[in-house]
Formats: sequence, structure tokens, C-alpha cells
Amino acid sequence: MIEVRLFATLRENREKIYFLPAENFHCALDIYNHLNIPADEVSTLLINGFHKKPHDEVKDNDILALFPPVGGG
Amino acid sequence: MKTSYMGKVARINLTTGEIKVESLDFDLAKKFIGGRGLGTAMLYEEGIAKVEPLSADNKLIYITGPMTGTASPTAGRYMVVTKSPLTGMIASSNSGGVWGAKLKYAGWDAIIVEGKAKSWVYINIEDDKIEILPADKYVGMLSEACDEAFKEVHPKASVLNIGPAGEHLSLLAAIMNDKDRAAGRSGVGAVMGSKNLKAITVTASKNAVEPHDADKLKEAMKACLKKIKDNPVTSQGLPTYGTAVLVNIINNTGVFPTKNWQESYYKEADDISGETLKDKYLVKNNFCHRCQIGCGRVVTIDGNKVAGGPEYEPLWAYGGNCGNNDLNAIDKANFYCNEYGMDAISVPCTIAAAMELYQLGAITDADCDGMPLKWGSAEAIVEWTKRMGEASSPLAKLMADGSYRLCEHYGHPEVSMSVKKQEMPAYDARGVQGIGITYATSNRGGCHVRGYLISPEILGLPEQLDRTTTEGKAAWCKIFQDLTAVIDSMGLCLFSSFALGAPEYAALLNAGTGTEYDVNGLLEVGERIYNIERLFNKAAGMKPEDDRLPKRLTEEAIPDGPSKGMVSQIKVTLPQYYEARGWKDAFPTKETLDRLGLVEKN
Repeated sequence: MIEVRLFATLRENREKIYFLPAENFHCALDIYNHLNIPADEVSTLLINGFHKKPHDEVKDNDILALFPPVGGG
Repeated sequence: MKTSYMGKVARINLTTGEIKVESLDFDLAKKFIGGRGLGTAMLYEEGIAKVEPLSADNKLIYITGPMTGTASPTAGRYMVVTKSPLTGMIASSNSGGVWGAKLKYAGWDAIIVEGKAKSWVYINIEDDKIEILPADKYVGMLSEACDEAFKEVHPKASVLNIGPAGEHLSLLAAIMNDKDRAAGRSGVGAVMGSKNLKAITVTASKNAVEPHDADKLKEAMKACLKKIKDNPVTSQGLPTYGTAVLVNIINNTGVFPTKNWQESYYKEADDISGETLKDKYLVKNNFCHRCQIGCGRVVTIDGNKVAGGPEYEPLWAYGGNCGNNDLNAIDKANFYCNEYGMDAISVPCTIAAAMELYQLGAITDADCDGMPLKWGSAEAIVEWTKRMGEASSPLAKLMADGSYRLCEHYGHPEVSMSVKKQEMPAYDARGVQGIGITYATSNRGGCHVRGYLISPEILGLPEQLDRTTTEGKAAWCKIFQDLTAVIDSMGLCLFSSFALGAPEYAALLNAGTGTEYDVNGLLEVGERIYNIERLFNKAAGMKPEDDRLPKRLTEEAIPDGPSKGMVSQIKVTLPQYYEARGWKDAFPTKETLDRLGLVEKN
């Protein structure tokens, strides 16, 4: 399974967390499409805690964390 | 020449009661802008680096920037500049609200407070009139009550005050204004307390500052507003969730220090996140004067009390760093920091250090007076905050002077997660290589707002850097430090920089003051400011080994989570940083000083 965590405004009308079967998805963008998340709304994609791009591969047991633009300090 | 400086500084001696009106030194202002830069230069010129911080010899400068109060974005900031009793080095603590702008509207660029009053006093400013008045009846008051009591006497005033923590000289004492805004760090409230100065009330009959060129400022402002509106961080992220929105992204990167930095991933982080704060406790946003962003939170505490809410730092420090996921308790503890007038970063970090000392058995139940310092105890974080504010037990009194002195007292200096005796903020430098340089070299000790490399290393602004590598980070750090020094000195909020860059700041400053800076010229002023702070620290007795990170960050790898196995590479980056700065053994070389037009004082 792939764990997908959504944060901030990406949670609006969606769940906070999804567990998806790994075999259905090749890259992060496939997951965006499955969850109906426009790619331009995702500012930061973390795969297992590291910054990645939408076309980067996903595999079983990965944890994805998706954020819209955020800042602070 | 028309300019957005007011041209006037008040020098108030509390020992003699003398109040002098001085002209602003425009030559010095040109070299150091205002706020943090000019305040430091004034202190350095007046030989304050060598004085005892809590003696009558120390001086306390409340200073605006040339853009404070002008029609510029986020133009409501002022600085408190003094010698810090916490670090023994330069302190410049920034605050918003409206007090700083009112000081400017009343006609003052800065006020310098010297000496020590014989008994408790406050300073009342009404435009040109300045008076020193007795304050005995306000002593012991918490911030909200203090604000309201002074407003009964001065109905239109903005109130700046210390709380009980500042009165009893806690080295973590903040200076509060407008109830819940804080010049929070480096113990500036203790310096105010040491002068027997409880408050400064300011009433102004004007509500604007005229710039050098109103048309140019209007044009620059229009361009800035568009950028702030078009930028998703300043127009959506910060207004919707506040700085608390960082909890989840920092935690999911595995750099969210947990249990006093023993770990760096907190499983319950979402319970204390900006998202949860918004869903459960948020009443409305809080805007500082002339702010277009509104990151401040107003929250409900215990289901009834409405008060200023926590920013990201206290959410982390009272949350993951104390192993606590009770958000209401964090709201409450943060409220008590404001009420007692204490630094809402260093106080919870000191509680976290005390919790580790309790875990080690160094602090015992006998020390705890019925409130054990157990990880995750919501009761303990609230109760110990109050106790620190009141200095109500021997342990509370020790804790009120910060983690460094606390941990040294118990024979475990390594447990204090501090730099230059000031607690580090909410990002684990083991997993973010650049921010470690910021921490180690910050002139005011452990701090994130002296070169916020989290922006490029985690948030991808202005571009995404690889957080795990050291390459190029020293140069990034220098530029961020220099630009930050400029923004702090102009009187603007650092958060404007998520949308604005050096060209916008140059346009604003030029329109305000009639200068003709380009980007490089402006960054050179920032560099000069960073270097004079370093000269101040050198004169104050700083040693090269003070530019260091706690051993835990260089020797103990992050034990679990996404950044498992990482340590800080500061030994690699620090020499690169000194080279980028033109420094040798932590201090500027003669060539660097000459290039920046600085002269070292003996």
C-alpha cells in the first residue's frame, strides 16, 4: 500500500489520509489524478520525507505528503 | 529634505530624571538604516558592549525603522536593542502590533532609556510631551490587566509593558505591547525590569508618516501589494492557518525536534497543527498595524477565554518538544507567556530541557512540588509556565533563567539545546544543513529569524534546495542574513519577504528616505549591519567557539523518522561561511571592515 497524507487546503472535501494499492500507480502524478488534485495546487511533494517531483516513481510502502504553498517562521 | 525619518530621538535618564531631545544622526542612519541596524550602531558607539547587562550602565533603545508607520506593506514593526543578559551579546527583539507606529506618529524615531529609577516608574509619551510617572500600583500586573489599567489613565494610548517575569529579572523576560505582541527574545524584559521601568505609554495625534516621495512610494506600494496578493503563502497559507501551518510539513520532513531534540519526528503532530488549531480553536485572525497578511491567531482557551493564540514556535516547543499533544494546554501556556511577559520559545524549550533532566533523574520529584516534569504532561507545561512567570519555587527561579543555566546547574550542560545560551527554534539542523549555519552564527544566539534558510531548504522559496547537502549553503546563509538585517532595520515584517525581494525593499526605502540604493547597495548595508553586530559581540567578549551547535546535533544522529541517521555538517560549512563573510576566526578582517566602512572600537 501507499500512504498519502494531505494537508492544509488540500484536505477540503477530501480525507486527511488515504491508503492506496501500490500496483495502480506509477508516479505521484497518477495519485494526484486519482484524488482529483490539480497538480498546480501541490507546492511541496514529499516522498518518505524528501522533496520529489510529480513524475517521480512511487512504490509499495511509500509515504507521500502533499502540501499547498505554506510559509511561516 | 523630506524623509520618512522623524529626525528626533529622546534620551531619557531614569537615574537623574533628565529627558533630552536629540537630532537623529542622519549619517549613521544612512549607513545602518534604522531599527536593528541603527540601534546596534548607536549602542556600539556609546560603548555598551562592555557593560553589565542588568546594571544601570546598560541602555535600552526602542527604535523604529524609516518605513515604520508609512504606507508600506507590514509597516508596523519596532525593535528593542540592548545588551542581552541572557547571551551577554547583542539583543535586538522585534515586535508588531501598533505601539512602534504610534511612537513614530508621536514624532520619535527612537527613545533611549538610560540609568535606573529609584522606584517603579513608567514613561508617558504624548506627541512632544514626555514624562516619567510613578508606577508602583501597576507592579505585579499581568499584561492584559496592565494594558487596561494604563488605558484608564491614557485612553488613547498604546501600551508597552513588562510582566512579573521582567520585574523579577527573569533572563527569559519579554517586553510586551498591545497585550499580546512581544519583543520576545534574549531577555530584553529583564533589562527593562532592571531599570524599574514598568511601561511606556504612547499617544499620538497623527496617524501617518510622510515619505520623501509620496508618488514613488504609492507606486512601490502598489507593486508590493500585487505581489503579496498573488503570492499563495502571503495571500492564503499564512492568513488561513497562521505560522502553525508549518507543523505538518516540518514534521513530515523528519526535522521536528521532539522531547528536547532526542528525536525528530512526532507521531501526534497533526493534533497540534495549524489545521487543527483552525478547526477547533480559531476565533479570528489578528493583524498588526498596516499588515496585509494577518498571520496572528485569536483563539478560545478552555472553551471561554478569548486571547492571542500560539505561533508555530510555541506550538512546537510546548508540543512535540515536550512530547505533548494537548492543543488547548499549549494555547493556555502560550497565553501565560504573554501574561507574565516571557519568551514563548525559550520558556517551553527550558521546560523541555527540565523534562529531560527529570528523565535522567537529575531533577527529582522533591524539586517538582507536586507537578512532575513528565514528558507529555499537559498540566506540567501550563503549571511550570506560571511558576516560571512567578519565580515561585527554587526550581522555577532557575528555569526562569533559561535552559543553559538550568542544565549547567544540574551538571548536564549538554542537555541545553541552545546557541550562545539562547534556545534554538523549531527546525532540526541535523536534517536541514543550511539552517545550522544560521543557528551557529546568529549574533543573538539560537534563532531562526536571522537568515531563514527553511524557506529554500524546505518550503522551496525562492527555489528548492536539497536540505541534506552542504554545497552552496554558506553563501545562501550570508545573503539571507544580510537581507533580513535590511528588512529588520526598515521597520517591516520579515513575512513580507515570502512575496517581496530586495528590489521591492530598495524601491520602498528609496521612496521613503530619498536614498538611491540598488539591490547590491542595499545588501551591502545588510552586510554592514551583520558585521557591526559581530563587532559588538567581540567587544562584549564573544569567542570563536561561541559559534557552535550543541553536541547533540553533531554527534547524535537523528534516531528515527524520515531524517534518520543525519547529523549536522557544521564543521564543513562554518569555514565556508567565514570565507564568504570575509571573516577570520569568527570575526571580520581589517579588509572586510574597510570595505564596509566600519571601524573597530577598542
